[in-house]
Amino acid sequence: MADKLHLDQHISQKFNDELEDIRSRALQMGGMVEKQVSGGLQALLEGNSELGNKVAKLDHEVNSLEVEIDEACTQVLARRQPAASDLRLIVTVIKVITDLERIGDEAEKLGRFAVDLASSRELPAYRKELRHLGELVQTMLHDALDCFARMDYEAALKVAARDDDVNAEYETLSRLLITHVMEDPRQVKNVFNITWCARALERIGDHSVNICEYVVFLVKGKDIRHTNLVDINQSLKP
Amino acid sequence: MDEAQAVLDSIEGTVGEIAVDNPKMSMRDVDVFYAEKQAIFGVDLDVANNEVIAMIGPSGCGKSTFLRCLNRMNDTIPICRVSGSVMLDGDDIYAADQDPVLLRARVGMVFQKPNPFPKSIFDNVAYGARIHGLAANRAELDDIVVGSLKRAGLYEEVKSRLDAPGTSLSGGQQQRLCIARSIAVSPEVILMDEPCSALDPIATARIEELIDELRENYAIAIVTHSMQQAARVSQRTAYFHLGKLVEVGDTNEIFTNPQHELTENYITGRFG
Repeated sequence: MADKLHLDQHISQKFNDELEDIRSRALQMGGMVEKQVSGGLQALLEGNSELGNKVAKLDHEVNSLEVEIDEACTQVLARRQPAASDLRLIVTVIKVITDLERIGDEAEKLGRFAVDLASSRELPAYRKELRHLGELVQTMLHDALDCFARMDYEAALKVAARDDDVNAEYETLSRLLITHVMEDPRQVKNVFNITWCARALERIGDHSVNICEYVVFLVKGKDIRHTNLVDINQSLKP
Repeated sequence: MDEAQAVLDSIEGTVGEIAVDNPKMSMRDVDVFYAEKQAIFGVDLDVANNEVIAMIGPSGCGKSTFLRCLNRMNDTIPICRVSGSVMLDGDDIYAADQDPVLLRARVGMVFQKPNPFPKSIFDNVAYGARIHGLAANRAELDDIVVGSLKRAGLYEEVKSRLDAPGTSLSGGQQQRLCIARSIAVSPEVILMDEPCSALDPIATARIEELIDELRENYAIAIVTHSMQQAARVSQRTAYFHLGKLVEVGDTNEIFTNPQHELTENYITGRFG
């Protein structure tokens, strides 16, 4: 484990353990959510309603893990009054798990739409685009969590920049779907459902960007939200 | 010993902005020796008006020694030698024509353990005003005593027993009495050396509230072992280590994103 913040060097061994436990549970939650997203996408693309249902149900586990980690963070804030990098770690985890929980919600949507769309005749036409968008987003989420695990802020900035590709892909797919609806208004419900899936994937990309931004805050102590990339690189120069 | 020396040698200058726009006190290149042993190494630091600056650091880091330079309290220790410049409103307080007694009226001090004189509450507060001849008559003296007790947040609790001995008060009240005593002589700067370390959390909260109110009229420098206290009461924080000023900066910044590894290690309780 690359520990740039020296989380294991407190005089209090118990504090080391508490922080490590919080960090590893956040990563565990990240792993669960990743699985949920890939399951949701697979269910959607394969028209597998059984898998879709399974993914939707997994959301409870993700939610309860979020509550547990939140509680552990509250305890550390109350009992340890963490400062500096310890404080930033706790704040970062609280934020990361909120985004993870929302990614979980989006994955749950994918699962539910997979059930609805399993028998749709429209879906196959968009499978290729959805798969492409889904793969972009999945990789982004995976890499964002990897940056969090390794506390690598430089890589996090690069991952965040990939959101432009996701948005472009989403735009393309949206245009295709709008054209489809105009040509055949009877399909509006199914097309809408496909749009919702694309939208869910696009949102997962946005949440992954947030995670990357928190990694920069964690490592560098700089809040880069709502800032453009040029300014960010400028402000992070040593 | 060698390890400490290596750390000491590794600290080169101070991280952060030591100067302020309107310094009340300005210290430059301050060295302090106790006989042959050097306790403070070339510290530069400003204390601003209407500001609380907290000085933190491990035991023996020199923060109290440095604080005591600011009103020549170290003069009372024969083996102690101070060099460099300590300016108050642009005047060198170590100049030959400076009267340390008058200086300490301008730069007051509150200590770790409340130390009321063995006199009445009234006389404790009136003491400084009397020796400095600040009151022309009894009515003026009353005004000074009552006003100081009020500003120290103690008046309501003691107004019916101003003749009672100062030592009859609780620890927290005694500390506020000492603060009242120090502000009775209208100081410009107040130095506090761990003013709450002997107090319970409620008395501590009262003193901290008081510090925040006093900031409107004074420059305040506080030495504290409680990081939370430094974070709560100060606008700037200075971190001392082995007699050097390692880092100084905005308190918000020091407690969320300190720049020096030694500062980070200390405030987060890591191995140095």
